[in-house]
Amino acid sequence: MASRLTAVLGIGQTKYESARNDVSIAGLVREAAHRALADADLSWGDVDAVVIGKAPDFFEGVMMPELYLADVLGCVGKPILRVHTAGSVGGSTALVAASLIQAGIHRRVLTVGFEKQSESNATWALSLPQPFSVSVNAGAGGYFSPIIRRYMERSGAPKLIGCMVAYKDRRNALLNPYAHLHQHDLTFDKVVEAPMLWDPIRYSETCPSSDGACALIIGDELAGDTSSTPVAWIHGAAMRSEPNNFPGRDEVNPRASQDCAIDVFRQAGITNPRVEIDAVEIYVPFSWYEPMWLESLGFAERDEGWRMVEDGSTCLDGGDLPVNCSGGVLSSNPIGASGMIRFAEAALQVRGMAGEHQVDGARRALGHAYGGGAQYFAMWVVGSNKP
Amino acid sequence: MSTDDGEVRLPERIRDFELVKSVRTPIRLRYDYRPSAAAASYLWAYSERRIVGHRSPVDGAVFIPPRGVDPRFGVATFEEVELPDTGHIGNFCITHLPIPGREGLEVPYVSAWIHLDGASVGFLGLVRGCHTGEVRIGMRVRAVWKPDDELAATAENIMHWEPTGEPDVPISRSGNQAFQGPSQGMS
Amino acid sequence: MTDMTEVQLMVRLLEAARSSIGLEQADIGFTCSGSSDFLAGQAFSFVQTLDAVGAFPPISESHVEMDGAFAFYEAWVKLQIGEIDTALVYSYGKSSPGSIRDVLALQFDPYYVAPLWPPSDAVIALQARQLLEFGIVSLEGLAEIAVRSQRNAVGNPNAVRASSTVTVCDILAEEVVTDPLRPSDLAAEADGGCAVVLATGSRARDLCDRPAWIRGIDHRIDTQALGVRDLSTVPSVVAAAQLAGAMEDRIDLAELHSLSTSQEALLLREIGLGSEIEINPSGGALAGNTLMAAGLMRIAEAADRISKGEADRALAHATSGPCLQQNLICVLEGA
Repeated sequence: MASRLTAVLGIGQTKYESARNDVSIAGLVREAAHRALADADLSWGDVDAVVIGKAPDFFEGVMMPELYLADVLGCVGKPILRVHTAGSVGGSTALVAASLIQAGIHRRVLTVGFEKQSESNATWALSLPQPFSVSVNAGAGGYFSPIIRRYMERSGAPKLIGCMVAYKDRRNALLNPYAHLHQHDLTFDKVVEAPMLWDPIRYSETCPSSDGACALIIGDELAGDTSSTPVAWIHGAAMRSEPNNFPGRDEVNPRASQDCAIDVFRQAGITNPRVEIDAVEIYVPFSWYEPMWLESLGFAERDEGWRMVEDGSTCLDGGDLPVNCSGGVLSSNPIGASGMIRFAEAALQVRGMAGEHQVDGARRALGHAYGGGAQYFAMWVVGSNKP
Repeated sequence: MSTDDGEVRLPERIRDFELVKSVRTPIRLRYDYRPSAAAASYLWAYSERRIVGHRSPVDGAVFIPPRGVDPRFGVATFEEVELPDTGHIGNFCITHLPIPGREGLEVPYVSAWIHLDGASVGFLGLVRGCHTGEVRIGMRVRAVWKPDDELAATAENIMHWEPTGEPDVPISRSGNQAFQGPSQGMS
Repeated sequence: MTDMTEVQLMVRLLEAARSSIGLEQADIGFTCSGSSDFLAGQAFSFVQTLDAVGAFPPISESHVEMDGAFAFYEAWVKLQIGEIDTALVYSYGKSSPGSIRDVLALQFDPYYVAPLWPPSDAVIALQARQLLEFGIVSLEGLAEIAVRSQRNAVGNPNAVRASSTVTVCDILAEEVVTDPLRPSDLAAEADGGCAVVLATGSRARDLCDRPAWIRGIDHRIDTQALGVRDLSTVPSVVAAAQLAGAMEDRIDLAELHSLSTSQEALLLREIGLGSEIEINPSGGALAGNTLMAAGLMRIAEAADRISKGEADRALAHATSGPCLQQNLICVLEGA
């Protein structure tokens, strides 16, 4: 028995902001879900099941929020699951939702990733000391910047590659009405001159903290065929995990990342990603992760990913592999939603519905998310046509 | 109160009320942790100025702190290994943000992955005793302990790590790359 | 209560589950776990527990912040797709470091209800009171359920509350702790974990002489707002049982994830389980409630008895949320 054909029928996003003071957590997720249903031209009664995902419960202090949110997501009398895989959660949540369709259990599933960071203390939650250990890091940047240092050293990349990525993503965000950061006055010099946070990562190269929710309606082949709006067909879906901090671990290019990419491209029948993929939405919370992930995913050779940044290959304008045309995580980061936003943006591209940040003629796109100590990976390939 | 288009319309009689913008609920939860045998042994050793890790029964890799398990294989570790308080910096980060709960710490500071001599993985520690710009991958360091009368069963006995002045470990053999075993990430 | 860390707990259980049927982690197609940060008092607590699995080379793996029964469901879904034929599910919970009756208050609406800190035993008692007033249960009836649990638990090495001699009089003589409930009416907390291996078709037959086949599985959720629901009914469990095909054939035994005698009485009534069915032969969660794993344990206990030939058809139930808000039913068959 093979996996059933599965499609993204509708997408809904909230405008990502530092603080959505006008809605409760319930209001926030409802807004995204409502928009996704409208986009799919469906109503609450058409949804068979709901899958939600978000960052740790400790952020907002609500334990197991699927219990509280069942009502607002129209889920009374239906099944609901809540996925939690650290930073990759938005992506893995979409994959769990898709699996319900692929397995033929349900016909249409609503999936939502969200975070109300203004009502949480993420820094505190991320700094809760492990029992019996000493706390030395301040934030995720403290964890990832040494890894970036290794990449810079190993690849010999010019020092400003990170700034180029940050500048590109923030300029792309201006074309995305939902993006959090709309820095109209941003110049490349301002990016370079921003204060260092975790050397070598500057303030300008770091993701913001955002409130937001992203919702998808995922459906079966019949739903895809009869949809009144364009759909994105799922060509491949994969997850991989590995432990962190073990002897000999390659932290710059984790094996789980490589294996996940190999699997998702194999499922999609892609042998030359650089040529066969038209747009990429990858999880880049710190600028240098763009060239690093491009290498890990197989779009560039080892130590060569930075060249794609330098020569404009990843630009929306004129690049042959535009990366993060939505502005990426660098421009909007509601942690629980960020992975799903990557998956959603990839789907928007192949549906031809990405508006001003549309890559012309995009037929196949990759959505990518990662989490933990760069140890959890979730990816999907979507296409305009059936696989 | 909500309608199909998602808009919320309040009843007439409360439409002019000032909106409640937020609800602040202090939450306090207490957790009493009991250390496992491995953790207890490791912590007691600290009170004696000793650093104790675990050796993997599979390939002899040495873990510090001892997790009680070799995560590559999902196998419990038992064999204790005493490690020196010297090693090298496998990687590091210069942070310009304060750590919540450690406001006394001067910014910028260096947090580094300390790879002790004989250990197969690193752990995080602060580096002091040199200018932040002088810190390098491969730099040899030693622990700076609290005075004897302040020692307790905690890893906080080591206040920070300072350079020894010895020649650096070559980058190609620093940090995680030093371990030559079955778990190399690159195939 | 255990001194072992969650990781040490799970290393043994995972190894036991896999090796009992001759599997290595590399043979497993998909791994899924269930746990809660709020028990561990740590954000991302499940990340450390991955150490217990041996996830290198990297594995296809996911996690739900729910009882392991829902991780079991996710794994079952994955197997239905047909691209893998084995899955490993695990869950665990150490409630001893924290205070569960306070922690669970945070499951409620954070704006209106959680600030009132409703303790979990009081919430359970609310429902019990309603059942008493409606004549659906009696105090003696509840005591009988408590006795059955403790007596059944005598044969269960994982139970923390067991007695072969306890009587209804003993229970009724206990001092009420949260009116109308007595200590024996409420589940006894237990640190612990559970690991289950699933396999499909011929693979299952290769690995096990008498697999417990999943004939039906479904889960549904009700509204959380306690004032909106009729607490003397459990619509979600009725729907889940119906969709899982629970009553399509004779049931030999049922393992119910009731967290109180009152919940057990209500579940029996709502699902329609009569006195001819063996109820909670393990003692149930009443005899040892490992938060976040107790639901998976009900499935494991039922499956175990089928595999041993002690039953041909069993129903396992898992719940989440206050007053049986969310419910999962799994129907297992040995034939």
